[in-house]
Amino acid sequence: MADLLAIGTRKGLWLARSDDDRRTWTLDGPHLLSQEVAAVGIDTRGGSTGGRVPRVLVGVQYGHWGPTVTWSDDLGRTWDETDEGAIRFPADTGAALARVWQIRPDTADRPGVVWAGCEPHSLWRSEDGGCSFALVRGLWDHPHRPSWEPGAGGGAVHTVIPHPTNDRVLVAMSTGGVYVSDDGSEGWEPRNSGITTPFLPGPAPEYGQCVHKVAADAGDPDRLYAQNHFGVFRTDDGGGSWTSIAGGLPVDFGFPVAASPRTPGTAWVVPLVADVERVPPGGRLRVHRTRDAGATWTELGEGLPDGSWTAVLRDAVCVDEGDPTGVAVGTRDGCVYASRDEGDTFTLVADHLPDVLCVRAAVLS
Amino acid sequence: MSVEVLLPGVLADLAGGSRRLEVDPADGTLAGLLDALASTHPVLERRIRDEAGQVRRFVNVYVDGDDVRFTAGLATPVPAGAVVQVLPSVAGG
Repeated sequence: MADLLAIGTRKGLWLARSDDDRRTWTLDGPHLLSQEVAAVGIDTRGGSTGGRVPRVLVGVQYGHWGPTVTWSDDLGRTWDETDEGAIRFPADTGAALARVWQIRPDTADRPGVVWAGCEPHSLWRSEDGGCSFALVRGLWDHPHRPSWEPGAGGGAVHTVIPHPTNDRVLVAMSTGGVYVSDDGSEGWEPRNSGITTPFLPGPAPEYGQCVHKVAADAGDPDRLYAQNHFGVFRTDDGGGSWTSIAGGLPVDFGFPVAASPRTPGTAWVVPLVADVERVPPGGRLRVHRTRDAGATWTELGEGLPDGSWTAVLRDAVCVDEGDPTGVAVGTRDGCVYASRDEGDTFTLVADHLPDVLCVRAAVLS
Repeated sequence: MSVEVLLPGVLADLAGGSRRLEVDPADGTLAGLLDALASTHPVLERRIRDEAGQVRRFVNVYVDGDDVRFTAGLATPVPAGAVVQVLPSVAGG
């Protein structure tokens, strides 16, 4: 048994491996040097590689030469991509792929299915393990789409959460907010009631929220946590209504939120001061954890630095499937910290990397 | 009719390790040349042009020394014997 931690940065991918239950890590890389890696998905279901090793799927931006999805079935030794490009907008859209923001393998019950969230705002579904994707037309043709605005990083579907037991799919985008479809294809409806928009005048609209990240609770797939452009919220009805759970946090701005895959009610955020001050409060990089679905929060800092005037981006926090749950945090100043005890203590996995855009963890069998 | 295509080193792997290709643009335009390239070297063509058919923002293409953005774009003629050079623009950080 070993653990894998994939680290996507603005200038390449690193793969960290632990053979001692996440106590120490060996860094392998750079892979895809000088290429931006904004999205990583680790497919551990085995359908693509015969179960020997996971498939590492990467949303890569080849510098001047455009974005695509590439993958490795041998932990980074070789990389492959589809000749025609895994993600290509159909000609009638007139659009071109700008960036892959999210790669999300579906559940083991849906082998081969992989979701991708992309810029411009779009959702894609693969049935061949991520080699090729089809545009989800129901969302692309949504009448709201022309009024979804790009955030500072671009307008994209950055979060895709397939329901584990039915066909429902939830997506989140900046800006636009949360949308849900009961079949993951058609009938997308905004689900933002209760999510405030202090960056807009007047009452919050039906859609247009700047949701930074959403994570699903381990015990109830209809319970979700959302870190917003101001505000941390929870829904218990699949997005039907959201209530603030930011009361116990020092500030309510931030990008990532991650939820435990095994312990209901447990989630993590990394607060930053505000939209115009995207640094940890006081320069102290801290993770905050709730064990009661947001009713209370505990600041966690052992192993995390003071004097850290950096930021943690929306996909630069991840959790693993280990027991206890591991948590990894990557920063824009190229540091990665990992915890094997649900955030109680962190150790430094890497430093002096380029800006960390995303981290993803998996257990290797 | 054959046209010489010069590639930067970073794209050579996608052209079988060579920085020079001989391509026959069916209709004598840059678009035709890239169409021909798409059939023989599809990944290379995708590095130069997006799926909407546009030369990528930070990719510069010169035909006989002239930047096609300031000539006729994809309709730029590429007559027999022309030299088409692909270069990355000055961008990034």
